[in-house]
Amino acid sequence: MSGAVPILSVQGLLKTFGGVTAVSSVDLRVKKGELLGIIGPNGSGKTTLVNLISGFVKPNGGEVLFKGKDITGLPPYRIVGMGMARTFQMVKPFYQLPAFKNLIVPLCSPRIKAVLGGRYGDRDAIALDLLEEVGFERDSNVAYKPAGSLPQGYLKRLELAKAMALRPDLLILDELFSGLSLAEVASIVPIIEKLRFQGKTIVMIEHRLKELFRIADRIMVLNFGMKIAEGAAGDVMASEAVKKAYLGSEAG
Amino acid sequence: MLLGTLIYGFVNSCLLALLAMGFNLTFGISGVANFSYGAIYIFSGFAAWIFLNSAGLPYALCVIMAIGLSATLGVLIYHVVIKRVKGLALSEVMATFGLGLAIMELFRYFDFVGFKYTLPNLIEGSVAIGDVYIDYQRIAVILAAIALTGFIYVFTHYTRTGLAFRAIAQDERTALTFGMDSDHIAALSMGFGSALAAAAAVVVLPLGTIAVEGGYDVLLNALAVCIVGGLGSTVGILVASVLIGYAQTITANYLEPHWMMLVSLIAIAIVLCIKPSGIFGHQKELEERI
Amino acid sequence: MKKRKERIDRGIKVRSEDIFALTSYREMIYLLAPRALPVVGLLLFVPLFSPYWREIFISTAIYALLAISWDVLVSVGLISLGQSFFYGVGSYVAGALNHYWGLPPVLTLPVATIGGAAICTIALLPVLRLRGIYFSMVTLVLPLMILRLVEATRIFGGTEGLTGLSPFPGQLTEMYIANACLLIALFGFRRLLDSDYGLIVRGINDNDRAVMNAGLNIHWYKTQILFLGAAVGCFAGAFGTHHDMFAGMPGFALDYSIMPIAAAIVGGTGTFAGSVLGAFILVPLSEILRALGALRIVFYGLFLVIFVVGIPEGLFHYIRRKYHQFERWVDVE
Repeated sequence: MSGAVPILSVQGLLKTFGGVTAVSSVDLRVKKGELLGIIGPNGSGKTTLVNLISGFVKPNGGEVLFKGKDITGLPPYRIVGMGMARTFQMVKPFYQLPAFKNLIVPLCSPRIKAVLGGRYGDRDAIALDLLEEVGFERDSNVAYKPAGSLPQGYLKRLELAKAMALRPDLLILDELFSGLSLAEVASIVPIIEKLRFQGKTIVMIEHRLKELFRIADRIMVLNFGMKIAEGAAGDVMASEAVKKAYLGSEAG
Repeated sequence: MLLGTLIYGFVNSCLLALLAMGFNLTFGISGVANFSYGAIYIFSGFAAWIFLNSAGLPYALCVIMAIGLSATLGVLIYHVVIKRVKGLALSEVMATFGLGLAIMELFRYFDFVGFKYTLPNLIEGSVAIGDVYIDYQRIAVILAAIALTGFIYVFTHYTRTGLAFRAIAQDERTALTFGMDSDHIAALSMGFGSALAAAAAVVVLPLGTIAVEGGYDVLLNALAVCIVGGLGSTVGILVASVLIGYAQTITANYLEPHWMMLVSLIAIAIVLCIKPSGIFGHQKELEERI
Repeated sequence: MKKRKERIDRGIKVRSEDIFALTSYREMIYLLAPRALPVVGLLLFVPLFSPYWREIFISTAIYALLAISWDVLVSVGLISLGQSFFYGVGSYVAGALNHYWGLPPVLTLPVATIGGAAICTIALLPVLRLRGIYFSMVTLVLPLMILRLVEATRIFGGTEGLTGLSPFPGQLTEMYIANACLLIALFGFRRLLDSDYGLIVRGINDNDRAVMNAGLNIHWYKTQILFLGAAVGCFAGAFGTHHDMFAGMPGFALDYSIMPIAAAIVGGTGTFAGSVLGAFILVPLSEILRALGALRIVFYGLFLVIFVVGIPEGLFHYIRRKYHQFERWVDVE
């Protein structure tokens, strides 16, 4: 990838549900190795934007380019195959399966075969390694417990591990921190920093502004489906439009 | 010939709409697919027959009682069976299907077979339109279809219960937070669907005999219309009924009556290939569920 | 003082879970006995019966295969109400090949299995994209409509069907073919669904969104499972056709839909062993209850309701639990 072509480039993306415009002509560019944070009040279209980019929802207009190729309207599995992975805000693991078995499904993906060239070892072992990376303690048996019995903190880590299992070049994290305690967030932040260190490009949708501002290179603010500001964290929060969006709609 | 095709096609369309309406209404409101629908249909037919011939009640009373009894049966089925497995599509389908089978075959076991099982026409006689004769019963089918469609429209748009029906259909969880009892509404929807099945039965059955096979046929026709029109959409049901109804009549008149059933099959095949969720279907494919 | 029921894994189960822990014949038998039981039963025990009962066990095997086929589809969340569609297609393909071209069963069985499955898969492909009850509706409607089609167009012999088809060489041969295929399907599918592939398939049933997000094409997997399930059903149809020496409209009738579903539900879904168990209870039972006539179908219907609502786990899961765990009442507070 040359530095000139952004890894992800979105132009004029548009989505309406019935009469409601969820995302209206949003442009965005993500350079390779960058961490972009997307924030905005509730209902501002953040999750819809992610759904549009990752192919789960088809846009009414605009285009999405990933690694310079047009992926608008492609089904999710094709997009994943090209190296984009996402997490869901509402985590729904396979409840009956042990936590590590949850990773078998992504590890069966054609993407893995493409990246590793068919030379991958035991899937169970890879899964356990991945879980250790996201903070499932190796010496406890938590990775073997049914996913349904895990607390929220572990479920979010599991969700992250599922995305990481796909060896993505671009990782989209949809409100990974929501529903977590301060301590839990603090323990996940280093994992994300490590991913960045490995050269992954990351887009984070967040409500937890403080933690996000510490790790993000750039912040984009959405409101009513429109981009109202973009830039460094300090500049963005100083902008009048953003203040109004946040203070106006959420009253603090 | 042309006028006859037009008129009888319309009768056939109304008949199909009548048959499909109840199944569709129940599904549209509570998401319950009532596969015992056909059984309820013949149940009400036999109930009316028994009231009429064994108890010797006046026919109008029999009809009302049959409809009321079927509605009660529907509510009962909801409370005894469906409620316990609500939300598990597999179990709902299997349980209602099994129950429908049991009811229908029970009638066969008790020997409810033969030509004596007929219901009288509401009004005897026929009328000529141009050179086409049409009996009053078929006109009753048309009127019933129009009346019930109108009733459903008024009911769901202007009454409290009807509005609650629509609210539940659109968003069960939000409706729950507003204090609506979704169980109660679902039971009512089963009752309503069953009452519609019964109403269809007393209007349609006088055209032939009441037979167990008729129950299967009704379920088959209702499903075919729903598949073509799109589950849960009243407009879709009407459009599909008109399409299939006319296509069937044309086939029967210009080709051979034997081929009538092929029409539904072909209609299903075409719809499945072009728009699998039906003409007016908003059956959720994956994207809308996120 | 309140009591509650406590379930504890038997020590032998915990120890025998991993293969390296098998240290005694007792533990090996514990593991092998349940697996050996159907093999010994079907291959050694069942042929000992009289020809009359052998006949019944052959049709039991056919229903068991249809029940397995149903269970295969359920594993990916497709609820078929028309197993007779698969049976009928398999039956007519085999029947036509034998009737018109004189192909022997050695050829018609595999061709009908693969070809029939292909036909069924293509016919049902559009419905796979829809969720919920659409698949049930279409599978219920299709075979019954095809019945009318055969009746109206008089193709393939119309109401008379195709008669005088080649039988199998002998009753015992026939029985061994049926039972061997049943065992292959039983253990083959159990193995398949225990593998990582099975994990994906069950995952689609559980949460298709997550599987799509793992970069897998769920429609392709559903198509594969549909093909496999249809293949089993079509084989049953082809086999049944040569067994009856007749391919006709009864193949598409509801009977071939209801009995397998009832068997799978009574036995318990998701294990295939449950389907076989259910078939081996219901089919002989229905033979014993032959005198009841139409009332038998009433019973199947009620069985369905009772098991679905009251005992959703089915018999097999219950037996398995008893085998692996013991229960005791303990005091609470």
